Amino acid sequence: MNPQNYLYLAALLFTLGASGVLLRRNAIVVFMCIELMLNAANLALVTFSRMHGNLDGQIMAFFVMVVAAAEVVVGLAIIVMVYRSRHSASVDDASLMKL
Amino acid sequence: MESLIGLLVAAPLLGAAVLLLGGRRLDRAGHWFGLAMAAVSFVLAVALFFDLLDRAGEERTLHQHLFSWVPVADFRADVAFQLDQLSMTFVLLITGVGTLIHLYSVGYMEHDERRRRFFGYLNLFLGAMLLLVLADNYLLLYVGWEGVGLASFLLIGFWQHKPSAATAAKKAFVVNRVGDVGLSIAILLMFTTFGSFAFAEVLPNADSASEGTLTGIGLMLLLAACGKSAQVPLQSWLGDAMEGPTPVSALIHAATMVTAGVYLVVRSGAVFDAAPDAQTVVVVVGAVTLLFGAVVGCAKDDIKKALAGSTMSQIGYMMLAAGLGPIGYVFAIMHLVTHGFFKAGLFLGAGSVMHGMNDEVDMRRYGGLRTYMPVTFVTFGLAYLAIIGFPYLSGFFSKDEIIYAGFSKGGTEGWILGGVMLLGAALTAYYMTRIMLMTFFGEKRWQPDANGHEPHPHESPLTMTVPMMVLAGGAVAAGFVFDAGESFVHWLEPVTGLEHGDSPVSHGQVSIAATAVMVLGVAGAWFQYGRRPVPVVAPTGSLLTRAARRDLLQDDFNHAAFVQTGSYLTRGLVYLDHKLVDGVVNGTAASFGGLSGRLRRIQNGFARSYAVSMFGGAAVLVAVTLLMRAV
Repeated sequence: MNPQNYLYLAALLFTLGASGVLLRRNAIVVFMCIELMLNAANLALVTFSRMHGNLDGQIMAFFVMVVAAAEVVVGLAIIVMVYRSRHSASVDDASLMKL
Repeated sequence: MESLIGLLVAAPLLGAAVLLLGGRRLDRAGHWFGLAMAAVSFVLAVALFFDLLDRAGEERTLHQHLFSWVPVADFRADVAFQLDQLSMTFVLLITGVGTLIHLYSVGYMEHDERRRRFFGYLNLFLGAMLLLVLADNYLLLYVGWEGVGLASFLLIGFWQHKPSAATAAKKAFVVNRVGDVGLSIAILLMFTTFGSFAFAEVLPNADSASEGTLTGIGLMLLLAACGKSAQVPLQSWLGDAMEGPTPVSALIHAATMVTAGVYLVVRSGAVFDAAPDAQTVVVVVGAVTLLFGAVVGCAKDDIKKALAGSTMSQIGYMMLAAGLGPIGYVFAIMHLVTHGFFKAGLFLGAGSVMHGMNDEVDMRRYGGLRTYMPVTFVTFGLAYLAIIGFPYLSGFFSKDEIIYAGFSKGGTEGWILGGVMLLGAALTAYYMTRIMLMTFFGEKRWQPDANGHEPHPHESPLTMTVPMMVLAGGAVAAGFVFDAGESFVHWLEPVTGLEHGDSPVSHGQVSIAATAVMVLGVAGAWFQYGRRPVPVVAPTGSLLTRAARRDLLQDDFNHAAFVQTGSYLTRGLVYLDHKLVDGVVNGTAASFGGLSGRLRRIQNGFARSYAVSMFGGAAVLVAVTLLMRAV
């Protein structure tokens, strides 16, 4: 199969994730969309690795996964704490700035 | 002997320090201590004088180096003294007359509870003046110069509970500062031109500088001299300085302060000799002041202010003589010394009269005092005869020499100067006779003072009359002593130089002319004040009289020319400051404030709007990268 198709898929997934981040209010969903973007990037990295015939991209993908896992741990903890104190998981409600 | 010079200066300064720091426990005997310090100074001066007399003419210069004040690389400013014939003359005058005035003050200030402080200031005045005339460089001279300014401020304003005295002190200080600026500029010019402040390096090399620079230095020195010596245009403080106690007036007018300007000009003679333009200005200033002071002196009813006008006029003579160059220096100093005697005598006499008349100063309320105060009358009278140039008294010799020197200038200038000085001599005779007649002759015009006390004129105590007698003796004898074998001229000649101009008139003719105008002046005053009774309330008088009573509008002029312009300038600057400077500053701040207020709205706290900017930024970066690659 033409590896370029994987790149199209990665672009599609990234776009989906980005739109989700921008359009959804629920923090959990926003979070999932971020993961989607990260994984789209991973897919692109692995595909390029394959296309160029070296392992750099794959190693990079592992790093991204580690960072993503760490991010999930911290991010979910924050979301849970915010939900406990404000009884809402909406990212828009969390703004305390005065305009 | 050299080491005595430092002691000479130190004695009065020590007196000032002890009296001012010693506190009230010195109240009872402090004045005797102050007098003793002045006397010690005088004794040392006499000792040094005889030491100088033992030497040959050219070796009569003593130096004492105390310490290096500002040693910086090659440059040195030392605290060092130089005693030569010129300084010696001043030192004898300052300490001699100063000591007499100290003695007089013991009696005059007897009832003043701040007498100790008064003597402290007097000592400070004496010490500063000695420092001024003994310094061997201009920087140290400047220290003494400022010291004199400070002491005069403290003494003029001694009765500071009177607003008029406090104001007069401030006025004297401020006007003097104008002159001080001149002196500091002159010193800086000397430093840039000659690289030194020392007399020994500046004066002998004066010829090496350009004439423009020397004229600048000369004019700045003249400005300084005008401030201290109350010459036009900085004369306005002198009349108001009469607010001080009378001994202070005597000290300022005879021995210290006003003589400092003449000293400065004569000391810097080498600079002026090489700058004829500056010399001309000195002569003009002297001539104008001479007439100015005399006219003011003719119109004042306040005995001390009339005498103050007289001082201004006499110092004008000295300035004029000093501006004539080597033909006049010696006679400027000679007149200064004789003037020191008779003017101190006149002021002390005036003080004695005031002492007996409940501090009344208006001469229209005196009259007929000669029988009540015989000693004061005789001493005042002798000093009076000396100042108007009565033949063979001291003023006769010194003033005639100056008038003769004026004629010696030669040409039209000589005639103008001689004429002006003869006119001044006539006016001198007029105003002095007026004072004499109004005070000691005629019927009694005494009035009770503000508290309703009738005056009971009485002779002053011995501490006051003895100094007056000594000074009167000096006023009579000084002329003979100085004239005998031209001793004074020979004494000063090695320092100041002496030249003889070619005068169109002879010495004898000048003496006759001066005596004639003196008689005219005396007669004029007698017709107006001796022959008919003096009105107690001053008549309105002519326009000139009224102007002269207001010191020829000097204060109005200063007010219009400097105070008004100054305040307009300030107001303009304040307006500019508010509108322009503050406008720029506030405008900048306001625009930044507005801008940041708008920028702040970007930070709205919504995570998703931040995300939009991130994505937008990333998109822009990608687009730019792609575009760059395409190009």
